[in-house]
Amino acid sequence: MSQRLVVDPITRIEGHLRIEAQMQGDVIAEAYSSGTMVRGIEIILQGRDPRDAWAFAQRICGVCTLVHGMASVRAVEDALDLRIPPNAQLIRNLMIGMQYVHDHVMHFYHLHALDWVDVVSALSADPAATSALAQSISEYPNSSPGYFREVQQRLRTFVEQGQLGIFNKGYWGHPAYKLPPEANLMAVAHYLDALAWQRDVVQLHTIFGGKNPHPHFLVGGMSCAIDVNSDSAINTKRLSQVADIIGRLRFFTDQVYVPDTLAIAGFYKDWAGLGEGLGNFLCFGDFPAADATMKDVGTFMVPRGAILDRDLSRIHEVDLEDPAQIEEYVTHAWYEYSVGKDKGLHPFVGETKLDYTGPQPPYTQLDVAQAYSWLKSPRWRGQPMEVGPLARVLLMYATGHEQAKELVDMALSKLEVPVGALYSTLGRTAARTLETKIIADAMQGWYDQLIANIRAGDTDTHNDAMWDPATWPKDCRGAGFMEAPRGGLSHFIVIEDRRIANYQAVVPTTWNAGPRDPAGRAGAYEAALKGHRLHDPNQPIEILRTIHSFDPCLACAVHLTDPDGGELVQITIQAAP
Amino acid sequence: MYTEQTVSERLAAQGVTRRGFLKFCSAVASLMALPPSSVPAIAQALGTARRPSLIWLPFQECTGCTESLTRSHSPSLESLIFNALSIDYQHTIMAAAGQQAEAARLEAMEQNRGRYLVAVDGSIPTKNRAYSCTAGHSHYDTLVESARNAAAVVSVGTCAAFGGIPAAAPNPTGAQSVGEILGAEGITTPIVNISGCPPIPLAITGTLAQFLTFGKVPDLDDLGRPLAFFGQNIHDRCYRRPFYERGEFAESFDDEGAKKGWCLYKLGCKGPITYNACATIKWNNGAGFPIEAGHGCIGCSEPGFWDWGGFYRPLSQGDWGNWRTIGGAVAVGAAAGLASVALSRARQSRVAREGNP
Repeated sequence: MSQRLVVDPITRIEGHLRIEAQMQGDVIAEAYSSGTMVRGIEIILQGRDPRDAWAFAQRICGVCTLVHGMASVRAVEDALDLRIPPNAQLIRNLMIGMQYVHDHVMHFYHLHALDWVDVVSALSADPAATSALAQSISEYPNSSPGYFREVQQRLRTFVEQGQLGIFNKGYWGHPAYKLPPEANLMAVAHYLDALAWQRDVVQLHTIFGGKNPHPHFLVGGMSCAIDVNSDSAINTKRLSQVADIIGRLRFFTDQVYVPDTLAIAGFYKDWAGLGEGLGNFLCFGDFPAADATMKDVGTFMVPRGAILDRDLSRIHEVDLEDPAQIEEYVTHAWYEYSVGKDKGLHPFVGETKLDYTGPQPPYTQLDVAQAYSWLKSPRWRGQPMEVGPLARVLLMYATGHEQAKELVDMALSKLEVPVGALYSTLGRTAARTLETKIIADAMQGWYDQLIANIRAGDTDTHNDAMWDPATWPKDCRGAGFMEAPRGGLSHFIVIEDRRIANYQAVVPTTWNAGPRDPAGRAGAYEAALKGHRLHDPNQPIEILRTIHSFDPCLACAVHLTDPDGGELVQITIQAAP
Repeated sequence: MYTEQTVSERLAAQGVTRRGFLKFCSAVASLMALPPSSVPAIAQALGTARRPSLIWLPFQECTGCTESLTRSHSPSLESLIFNALSIDYQHTIMAAAGQQAEAARLEAMEQNRGRYLVAVDGSIPTKNRAYSCTAGHSHYDTLVESARNAAAVVSVGTCAAFGGIPAAAPNPTGAQSVGEILGAEGITTPIVNISGCPPIPLAITGTLAQFLTFGKVPDLDDLGRPLAFFGQNIHDRCYRRPFYERGEFAESFDDEGAKKGWCLYKLGCKGPITYNACATIKWNNGAGFPIEAGHGCIGCSEPGFWDWGGFYRPLSQGDWGNWRTIGGAVAVGAAAGLASVALSRARQSRVAREGNP
């Protein structure tokens, strides 16, 4: 029997995602991913001062706050061939690093955990046994029986009040939940701890960028002047705060996040063989050396490259500005191209013209033979690619990054699974945790370099040689990129007469969640969901697990349709308001 | 399932002492600039309140406002507010998805008719309602349906409050604010605007606390924003203001003036025409605010700030002149009482809206 399953909204993500899945019995035959909200920020950017672009672009996303601002200033600096001072490069590395650690921890505990952790089951845990479990895997001090008893009591009171709030109507008791009650209680306690921890560590952004979410950036460097003899600049007090925060980032990663991931993963090894999808991975690379520019790809801590068909022995070179490499298609997206619906465009000549052809709301399903998403379909040399933590860890692993190799091998041996386990929902989630440790540790190095620079008398944070647009070439263009927590991000700016003539952002979730291309090839989400067996289509926890393993950043939907175009049986997963 | 346990009973059951509860009430009072004598009244109000339902609707948004909500600090204040509300629909943190998520919203609306709170982040497109949908329903319809029987609607962030970035020129989707939509639909549910891109975390939680305590919307400025957080402009409260008075300005982002913390007016700071609590409450538990990190204010809590003509363009002399006159009026008003402040604030807002600084 063929049925269409719609999950909308996909919650615990950023944005509006709808998944439509075509079922054959209880197995997903085909999945369709749709972004259901559009704002047109690329259109809004046209005609504006390129120095202002970062603030507009940053509002593409407030969860991965910072990343679009960063890619934007880098795009303008690339267009102007502008070098930023080493201190600014180090401060940017620190800010990106903090974003990673914060974002990945919040994703794990607050967005992804409830797919694996049964909150209600935690009520039947033995606090003493929970304490023994916690102490067996980590030196985190919040691990006494009394601590877990208190968390359990708070939870019990909350549940007994009958107002479950954010936990209402979860899939509690679903047989897919495999953790013993003690592991569930430990995870709930760390959910609450992580919430308190994250509020403090974001202060690193406030110190350098003035606030979080949405810290401030500046073309040519950073606005936070350094002067250890001033009460109003980056001085000893603020640097000490930064050092303290780096310590807290590393401690929580080492003592809570990494051990929890491994402990929880141990109960879900069946997910090490599910949810891979494409097998193609793409990285733009990031974290340049202090005195390098973004053109000095060889200095990056996270390397650049592409992997096809899981072949780690061959890393393909990637050039963002090569029109033959990166193209975006709109065949199944609600946009119009002047060259026609089936041609791809490199972002330098990219177009954003809204052309909604979907059903008028209220609707129950999308016509996936036509356009069905506000996401375009980016392709690298014609191939759909997965971006994100798994891509980065594979790239580091394949290119001999020592710590990455050590961590991956440690995780595989602890879980007693083969290397192939990486290509899965579980592998993706574990890769996110492992790269967090690599980045948190690297932050200490960038901080030490910053201090060494200041000690040597270098306090420059901004290169204002080209601040005045009168100094610019009349026309120029640039590509700014970074490895955002969710994957390779690139911004393309075309500047004419010192104003923005064209602006295109190709974002990680566009790579991962985009719809099919003209050749009918699925995007990463769509490919990853294929073959999932659902225990109960009314509680599609399996879909949430794999989709959340990508850490989506948009509003989407999942959709199952009949491949033969036959009669579809609608499962009412989507409620009418 | 419902029990009629009060907030204070609930907190006590969760191990929060009476002293801790009163401390929370004091924090609420100081947030709202109320005298210490009001603490018992707040304690009384919260002590007898049932936990109201909150439905948080995300529309054309970036989730930055929800992220800001999670940053609410002031140790234990956020967790207490979480415990003071029943957050029945919030995409980013709720466990349920798909039909269960929508069912949770409908159930909360049904059970708390006329009493639930709606918070909105994001604007609403009107050029084509299909531009922004959840569960196959347009956000336009969802807003109208949810707001109709709400006790109040809180527009969180500049997009929901004033249209924000989606409404920036040329406004490709015809984005409108919550107020514009509800006004056009003749829905009279009170609206509170908590602007900012995103709002300061405490402005969100503090406004909710104020509503919970007094059961009515707080006093608002002419743009519908709580006076407790939006009653003053950033320039008037800025620690760099004395340098402005002395005519000492940073000329670039890395010069001696920048290092010494001089005024950022010449680098485009919009603090003089921006009403927000950044310079007083500050961000992320007082760790700083943009001007403290050497970057001018971009005006993110004001309507239309995206189209003011450039974040680095100094306010022009004409607007500066207007501002000075108005600033003087505000100073007099502050001495004379809130009414005249509101009056001069209204004039100031008009300048901000129409003046193209």
